[in-house]
Amino acid sequence: MSLTIDDVRRIAKLARIAVTDDELAATQQQLNRIFGLIEEMRAVDTTGIEPMAHAQDVMLRLREDMATAPDRRAEWQAVAPAVENGLYLVPKVIE
Amino acid sequence: MLNKTLKQLAAQLAAKEISAVELATEYLARIDALNPQLNALISVDREKTLAEAQAVDAARAAGQAGALAGVPLVHKDIFCQQGWKTSCGSKMLDNFISPYDAHVVEQCRKAGLVTLGRANMDEFAMGSSNENSFYGPVKNPWDLNAVPGGSSGGSAAAVAARLAPVATGTDTGGSIRQPAAFCGITGIKPTYGVVSRFGMIAYASSLDQGGPLAQTAEDCALLLNVMAGFDERDSTSLQRDKEDYTRDLAAPLSGLKIGLPKEYFAEGLAADVAKAIDAAIAEYRKLGAEVVEISLPNTKLAIPSYYVIAPAEASSNLSRFDGVRYGHRAAEYSGLADMYEQTRAEGFGWEVKRRILTGTYVLSHGYYDAYYLQAQKIRRIIADDFQKAFAQCDVIMGPVTPNTAWNLGEKNADPVAMYLEDIYTLGVNLAGLPGMSVPVGFGSNDRPVGLQIIGNYFSEAKMLNVAHRFQQVTDWHTRAPAL
Repeated sequence: MSLTIDDVRRIAKLARIAVTDDELAATQQQLNRIFGLIEEMRAVDTTGIEPMAHAQDVMLRLREDMATAPDRRAEWQAVAPAVENGLYLVPKVIE
Repeated sequence: MLNKTLKQLAAQLAAKEISAVELATEYLARIDALNPQLNALISVDREKTLAEAQAVDAARAAGQAGALAGVPLVHKDIFCQQGWKTSCGSKMLDNFISPYDAHVVEQCRKAGLVTLGRANMDEFAMGSSNENSFYGPVKNPWDLNAVPGGSSGGSAAAVAARLAPVATGTDTGGSIRQPAAFCGITGIKPTYGVVSRFGMIAYASSLDQGGPLAQTAEDCALLLNVMAGFDERDSTSLQRDKEDYTRDLAAPLSGLKIGLPKEYFAEGLAADVAKAIDAAIAEYRKLGAEVVEISLPNTKLAIPSYYVIAPAEASSNLSRFDGVRYGHRAAEYSGLADMYEQTRAEGFGWEVKRRILTGTYVLSHGYYDAYYLQAQKIRRIIADDFQKAFAQCDVIMGPVTPNTAWNLGEKNADPVAMYLEDIYTLGVNLAGLPGMSVPVGFGSNDRPVGLQIIGNYFSEAKMLNVAHRFQQVTDWHTRAPAL
């Protein structure tokens, strides 16, 4: 398997990372090296094997449905690039 | 003073032979002198450090100091620490002053450990050489032309160079054990779930685990006592009774069964590394251990499995860096989507981008079963192999890495060449097992060699005992680089 330039463009779009035309060829080449390595795994017969998502088979814990976190909005927003009246500012999305 | 272990320093502090402020001042002077050439620390803040040390001295004067209070340490820059820049080695978080503490940092604070600074690392913990940091590579204290390993390279270099007696680190695919090996120090990655991941910036959540780096196994045990513990804010934190990891340190090793996986000694292992490992195994025989050959037949498959699972989880975890709530935001963009794309293009380095792109692809429509699901099935095969091996032995031993530290710049043109160096460490993370690295000598280029000790789940106390007894009869762990 080998990724085309269009594949790289498509993945970059999905990942929300701008890749310039100049960077595309080198990115494609390196990703194909990585996928070359990954390819070894695909031929392995894994019929009947249960996928392992986690090291410990633990159940997610439940807790009482009550507020536990104090209000620290001002501190959280102090590290944001742009806020106003307690809201995060982003570029206009609706004209 | 600076060659002393955490245990020795704690005793001197408790006896009031030295104050926390005096000790911190000595280490800060050492950092001022050596960090410019090593680049092991990203942030140093003398005022904050001395304020922490003064508070500990006051607590001790009032009779309220804990056993380790006043001992200084450095935190890997992946652990959020309130009031400190927490960059994770990335331009993306270069402006991020954390508004809260990670659980690990909180535990260290409660124990009275004094923060000397924040350790350099591969960006978002992705790398095996520390060359992927936005703040530049860390130099190996044993040889300034060599890499210190990664991703906890700053932590390992700091301890090796005696810029700090101990450091925190994290290990997703070898990021504690490999830099510990390359820098000639001791480090342990605990069983997955023993150390809380709350406030530890996520790379691959099902593999990430924090742990200590130190000169000795005994110090690792003491710091792990502080770092480990249940934390309800991490959904994968294990609810277990608090353990004392020093409890078995002195136990004799007679009858210990050491398994040597033949795949870890096969083609690809450098002769000088093999020689040092063999000598260490011979030392264990003298200590009364028995050696059995075992097999981990799917060792090679750990590499492709890891390089699917970790990037997949990273692509999801790192989607949070969007220039909205914290971190870098691009200066110029045409709209919201473009803001995301420019912000992430500017904020991430290329290794991080490659892993996000790889992860995005393997999780994308039509490819999930072929890649991610297949990788998870192989993960199960690898974990099962370890359980079969532990039916025959108490601990597994082998090299941490196939080679000693390589030269700066030697492997960063080809990411895959570097991935292949992770062959002996990745399986432990996939299985969620504890693993450690112990210094056992030097290669032909005078760069350190690390012995890997792998234990079954929750056998940290046993592994630390196995490492400690070796350190009682050898002096590799006391060797320090000439700087």
